[in-house]
Amino acid sequence: MLRYAIKRIALAVVILVTVMLAMYAMVFLVPGDPASLALGPRATPELKALLRERMGLDEPILWQVWHFFRSALTGDLGYDVWSKRPVLDQILEFFPNTLILGVAALGWALALGIALGAAAVVWRDTWADRLLGVVSVGLISVPAFVVAIYAILIFAVWLRWLPAIGAGTPGDPASQIRALILPAFALGVGWVGYLARLVRASLLEVMGENHIRTARAFGLPETRVVLRYGLRVAIIPTIALLAVGLGSILSSAVFVETVFGRPGIGTLITGAVQKRNYPVVMGTVLFMTAFYLFIVTAADLLIARLDPRVRDAFRR
Amino acid sequence: MTEAILSVENLSLRYRVPGGAVHVLRDVRLAIRPGEVLGIAGESGCGKSTLAAAMIDLTGANAERTSGAIRLRGEDILHLSADDRRRLRGAEVAMVFQDPMTAFSPVLTIGAQLVDFQFNRTGASRRDKWQAACGMLARVGISDPDHAMRRFPHEFSGGMRQRAAIAAALLMRPAVLIADEPTTALDVTMEAQIIHLLRELQADYGCAIVIVTHHLGVIAELCDRVAVMYAGQVVEEAPVDDLYHDPRHPYTQALLACDPARIEERSGRLPAIGGRLPDLRTPPPGCAFAPRCSKATARCLTDAPPRVVLGPDRSALCHEVAP
Repeated sequence: MLRYAIKRIALAVVILVTVMLAMYAMVFLVPGDPASLALGPRATPELKALLRERMGLDEPILWQVWHFFRSALTGDLGYDVWSKRPVLDQILEFFPNTLILGVAALGWALALGIALGAAAVVWRDTWADRLLGVVSVGLISVPAFVVAIYAILIFAVWLRWLPAIGAGTPGDPASQIRALILPAFALGVGWVGYLARLVRASLLEVMGENHIRTARAFGLPETRVVLRYGLRVAIIPTIALLAVGLGSILSSAVFVETVFGRPGIGTLITGAVQKRNYPVVMGTVLFMTAFYLFIVTAADLLIARLDPRVRDAFRR
Repeated sequence: MTEAILSVENLSLRYRVPGGAVHVLRDVRLAIRPGEVLGIAGESGCGKSTLAAAMIDLTGANAERTSGAIRLRGEDILHLSADDRRRLRGAEVAMVFQDPMTAFSPVLTIGAQLVDFQFNRTGASRRDKWQAACGMLARVGISDPDHAMRRFPHEFSGGMRQRAAIAAALLMRPAVLIADEPTTALDVTMEAQIIHLLRELQADYGCAIVIVTHHLGVIAELCDRVAVMYAGQVVEEAPVDDLYHDPRHPYTQALLACDPARIEERSGRLPAIGGRLPDLRTPPPGCAFAPRCSKATARCLTDAPPRVVLGPDRSALCHEVAP
């Protein structure tokens, strides 16, 4: 298990470095001088040169890359000349909002998705199974921002049950939770259908295995056979997907955050890209990549814990 | 003749397939008496595994019984409610499967599964069940059962897993133990050990055992009586010695002639029965074996063969056998 863990973590670090190099290359390939963009068309060359110097853009590229890596390792993601604050401070301010949104969305989608998937297997080949299939595919096909707009229209504008925008009053958990419900709903809807389909397919495959027949041969009730003997095995590919899912949910959170006017990483990145604010873009991407790799690696390690066969394959 | 503990009466069963149905069991009659070991022999596809599954009500969702009954102590289990049938499994009739590698869940420990498998044992605590499972593992020859209970199936060898599967089947002291090809997936030494173990356990616990196999040597070693199946029918039923020394049905004779263990002369090639199994989507009107039979006459192809009683415990399904 330890060797497996070291291997997985080493791989994550290599990926992280590669992503950063690619990011840097892209920033220098994309046209547009951040200093002239920041200062507007009427800025003097002296002013532009001063700003470039302050942003560190006058140094050789490789030196900039090296400098960035070295500070990133010490937790310093650079200084944002626009807001005059360290980049990391901004990320840490916005990230919890996005993470809470992502986890809430994935959490309810997972609970409902697994339940629907298992229900479809228990009732397989009946009208209930077919109905769940149609509903699932329908949910997958609806984009999150469309759900977001309709959710605002129905629950915030017509029914006035929940707030339409914002993240709630800081320090007031009740209002924060109320502000979370609609965005989390909009973000999770597609995943419910996706997870239900995935769990159903995976579970049906497992239900054909011999050990399921053994459990039945000893007279275990069907629900117990499905939940304990089937789902235990069928859930393993779902967890692997879930990690990837959290990554993609955090990126689609950009739309939902925009629609709901909710502060978060999505709003931070879109704003920074529009202003060619490279330190913020780079810092945020590095942070998100690191977070994503952390989740995926953690999921792989969790799978190794859950499936004793994987665990032992790496022990030798 | 003692009363049968489990009896199959005129059972016909078919599998629905796209474009029709396969008649896997046709008018099967078989009685298992308390404490006896009955072998069911036949080549692949003759319906022997389906018969075994039917005895414990484990045929798949596409199986359909067209006639007949399966009686446990005289009561037709197929007329019970689904829950009542489920309660019989493991407790009254238990099963050991062919492939010990896949018979256990890969993600639960052997102990957790052996405890689960006593689901139908009422009035026992988890601790009692754990103790019982531990004791049974020791009984089937697994050393250090306490340790084994905490291991996962993939940490066991094939032979150990089959021992564990047999232990599982005996946990609730069933009246009938059905073993579907219990030694087919094992090597020869392991096979001998498992046969020895089954014989010992049968002597200890006195449960009736039904062994389904295509391996005639296993039947000779272990069984009191044999039923030979061909194309979904029991074609001959006899005490084991009688069957081996004096097979009466032409199919049994051909089958025994093909057993490598019984060939005395070196010939450089294995004998085989010519022809193929009939297509059971449209079972032939006459004897299913007739096209491959050396003794077949014209009526064998057109008339269903009668069941000829050859003795108190013997019968054959054939036109050409004289009582």
